[in-house]
Amino acid sequence: MIGSFVGVLYDGFAYGMLLFLLSVGLSVTLGMMNFVNLAHCAFGMLGGFVAVTLINDLHWPFLATLPAAFVAAAAASVVFERVLYRRLYGKSDLDQCLLTIGIVFMSIASAAWLFGTVQQPVQLPSWLRGSVDIMGRGFGVYRFFLICVALALTGALIAMLEFTRFGARVRAAVDNQRMARGLGIDVDRVFMLTFALGSGLAGLGGALAIDITGLDPSFALAYLVYVLIVVAVGGLSSIGGSFVAATLLGVSDTAGKYYFPEISSFLIYLVMVGILMWRPAGLFGKR
Amino acid sequence: MALGEVKSASVDHIARRAKWHPLEIVFWLTTPLPFVLTPDYLQLASQIAITALFAISLDLILGYGGLVSLGHAAFFGLGAYTAGLFSKHFWGEPFSGLLLAAIVAGLFGYALSFVIATFRGLALIMITMGIGQLLLEAANSLGWLTGGADGLQGVKMSPLFNRFRFDLYGVTAYAYSLTALFLCFLVARRVTNSPFGLSLRGIRENSTRMLAIGAPNTRRVRMIFTIAAVMAGIAGALLTQTTETVSLETLGFQRSADLLVILILGGVGRLYGGVIGAVIYMIARDQFSGVNPQYWYFWIGMLLIAVVVFLPNGILGGAARLLPKTWVRA
Amino acid sequence: MLRLFSGFAAVSALVAASSAQAQVKIGMIVSYSGQFADTGIQLDNGFKLYMKQKGDTVAGKKVEVIRKDVGGIAPDLAKRLAQELIVRDKADVLGGFELTPNALAAGDVSAEAKKMMVVMNAATSIITTKSPYIARTSVTTPMLNDALGTWAAKSGGIKKVYTLVSDFGPGHDALNAFKEAFTAAGGQIVGSALFPVANMDFGAFVQAAKDSNPDAIYIWTPGGTQPGAIGKALNERGVDTTKIKILGQDELTGVSALKSMGDLGVGIITAAMYDYNLQNPLNQEFVKAYQAEYNREPDIFSMGGYDGAQLIYRSLEKSGGKADGDSLIAAAKGMAWQSPRGPVMIDPETRDIILDVYIRKVEKVNGQLRNVEFAKIEKVKDPVKAKMAK
Repeated sequence: MIGSFVGVLYDGFAYGMLLFLLSVGLSVTLGMMNFVNLAHCAFGMLGGFVAVTLINDLHWPFLATLPAAFVAAAAASVVFERVLYRRLYGKSDLDQCLLTIGIVFMSIASAAWLFGTVQQPVQLPSWLRGSVDIMGRGFGVYRFFLICVALALTGALIAMLEFTRFGARVRAAVDNQRMARGLGIDVDRVFMLTFALGSGLAGLGGALAIDITGLDPSFALAYLVYVLIVVAVGGLSSIGGSFVAATLLGVSDTAGKYYFPEISSFLIYLVMVGILMWRPAGLFGKR
Repeated sequence: MALGEVKSASVDHIARRAKWHPLEIVFWLTTPLPFVLTPDYLQLASQIAITALFAISLDLILGYGGLVSLGHAAFFGLGAYTAGLFSKHFWGEPFSGLLLAAIVAGLFGYALSFVIATFRGLALIMITMGIGQLLLEAANSLGWLTGGADGLQGVKMSPLFNRFRFDLYGVTAYAYSLTALFLCFLVARRVTNSPFGLSLRGIRENSTRMLAIGAPNTRRVRMIFTIAAVMAGIAGALLTQTTETVSLETLGFQRSADLLVILILGGVGRLYGGVIGAVIYMIARDQFSGVNPQYWYFWIGMLLIAVVVFLPNGILGGAARLLPKTWVRA
Repeated sequence: MLRLFSGFAAVSALVAASSAQAQVKIGMIVSYSGQFADTGIQLDNGFKLYMKQKGDTVAGKKVEVIRKDVGGIAPDLAKRLAQELIVRDKADVLGGFELTPNALAAGDVSAEAKKMMVVMNAATSIITTKSPYIARTSVTTPMLNDALGTWAAKSGGIKKVYTLVSDFGPGHDALNAFKEAFTAAGGQIVGSALFPVANMDFGAFVQAAKDSNPDAIYIWTPGGTQPGAIGKALNERGVDTTKIKILGQDELTGVSALKSMGDLGVGIITAAMYDYNLQNPLNQEFVKAYQAEYNREPDIFSMGGYDGAQLIYRSLEKSGGKADGDSLIAAAKGMAWQSPRGPVMIDPETRDIILDVYIRKVEKVNGQLRNVEFAKIEKVKDPVKAKMAK
């Protein structure tokens, strides 16, 4: 009983970390920059395809593909930011919605054209596969890896945004553009870099997730709902909030599947609606 | 005296808004043209009319109530299943099914309006989405009632007025859907141009000030939400009745999201935005996917981006800025 | 105007008009986009390959294909497309249909317009009862799972099974067919769970299944990303397929599923109507042609599309080119041919397919994962309609 409980907790936490990795970039773009970026998962998909191509065709080691996925998604996002996103900063969020959905549609068709509609085969290196047996329970190695990456990333992001000069500039630019400009901050550039950071994180999340989620052109839409749930429950612009929300959703979802499989498909929505009714701004939201 | 002047000015204002613009009349006069010009496209025309009605319903709460919903398909699906189940278990006469669907969706909307009226922003979007998904999961697990993932089987409609059957060409379907659209549009137009509609605009623009001048917010928001739910239910019932199919995806997230795209594309807060959005989006989809069944998404995406870049605030919003002032009304 | 309202008469007139032309039009309603795009594209590839091999003229008529994208589960759209194909494009035959709700909706149109409709993948039993003009060239879910259930209890030495099934109509059908056949043959279900359609992580489900100590776990998933995820979860939970057998239906170990599962898939037992590894000359030729054309392996969907085109061609030949629904379906009834998957026949009573079901096990052959068939159940008919007839 205790054994299964520990197992469920571990799996749930790891699943939560997967959700966190997929959505943390959105708490930067939607949360901090206040841009309704529904194309978030399209950048994630880009990261996924970069990783798969590098592994399967160029035989790169898995770990080396992760930074490549980050860089590719970040670089692509800069192009989009300069050409399209920038026009809509501070404009109607409905137009932002329409623009980014348009990008999603185009990314799905482009991915289908370039890579076909087939499920991309994802094979992890052998040291990340399988599980370790502790007291008769199997603990998945890749899950452990996901947890480590997520923890490291959370630490690094919070440190960067709270304690560095760049972080201070970002917060200033986001909170009060005009004031920030007055203080000599190049708001335009800060926004571009922040956006690249958010999209890069999406690409990294995509590359890490595809072993579990699989990868085909529908990726850009299929996980959008989950990602939005994490950000909304965590509270906008809070990295820590997203972390806690992802953990909570992951653990409750996994526990539901294990203990109450009859209602498991309802659970994630019930938890979300419940939390948002109790705290409409999310667990750690300021507004 | 002064009070009387203010009053007569506001009555004037309302009367001016309620007057029909010539463009509106022209628009409605063109709607029966497909019967003559494109008789092979009446099924499409019928589904466009249904989507337009659904979009108007969303516009009432988004454009006038200021509530963004990503779960509006809940009412659409509820209406669709009500009409479907009614025809299966009772009788296939369309009007009674339509009425019942409107009532059921309206009651659900009224009940739900108490829950959601106080929320705004992202929380509201996600709560409506969550409720929509919960309803979808419920319909999926109530397979004995809804037919589950295969869709409800046994939906059979009797001819309209016992005379006009729902034919392969879609003549009856389009006539029926178009009439329903027009009647619901009249109601929506009346509602939005009434003092009630104006106070809703006030709430959308500045809800604190509206409270300060003594207009209770939540009650009005609840009322418009219920009206919108009724119309969405009617749209769902129309789809069921004209296609004799009901499936889980009438409740799905995709339908809610597509609808939002359609409304934003056309222009929010103008009633006609939803209609224009439905016409353009569905014709574009039909044509693009006919030419390029596998990659039509690309062209639709490009259309959406082009509209955002060249016609901000939707097609009507953008057109309003390009056309002479006297032609359009905010 | 009155004539316009009676669409029925107009359609009948249309039937007469189109059979006079030296052309046959086939309207394909398939998902070329969306979540199910890959299924639709493989199906259409099979269809195209047959047409390429046989040319586009049959019984003196030129075959023209009109393709429509339905983009996933959308019965309202499928029905409209079917109506438009018949009314506007004057299609003689409707084909495609990889999803049940779409096939059911279009079935009404086939019945009303009296047009032949060939279901090339959707696998719910009742589809063919929707219209007397429907024939199916794929398989039904109950056929496979009924065969698997009987085999597991009688020949597989399996007594206790835990079932893990997608909470989705076809999943319920599969489970019912398996359960009924398995328990009728003396087996016992020791536990069961339904997982959400969009489930990503199977760790908890597999753990619960393993904890109930069964001889075998029966799994049904609608394909897509899930088979790979299940394979990984099985491995991660240390489910040893020599001790706890894994049973499932074809898609669990389909071509792309095996690729993402890798060696984790070894030992999984599935029931299927086709696999590209089938060792017969006709199939080897088919696979070679398919790979040359599309640079990938054919799968069950390709097979449904290939034989779908084959059925239409053969029926047209037999009817002497008459393309009205009555002539075509009469020709299709009882039609039997040698398919790459073995001998198949259209049941003259139900218009459903009769075929051989293979029980296979995933093995590593020359360093490659293969579904190796080790048992065959011949001439399987749809058990649901057999029961309905009784």
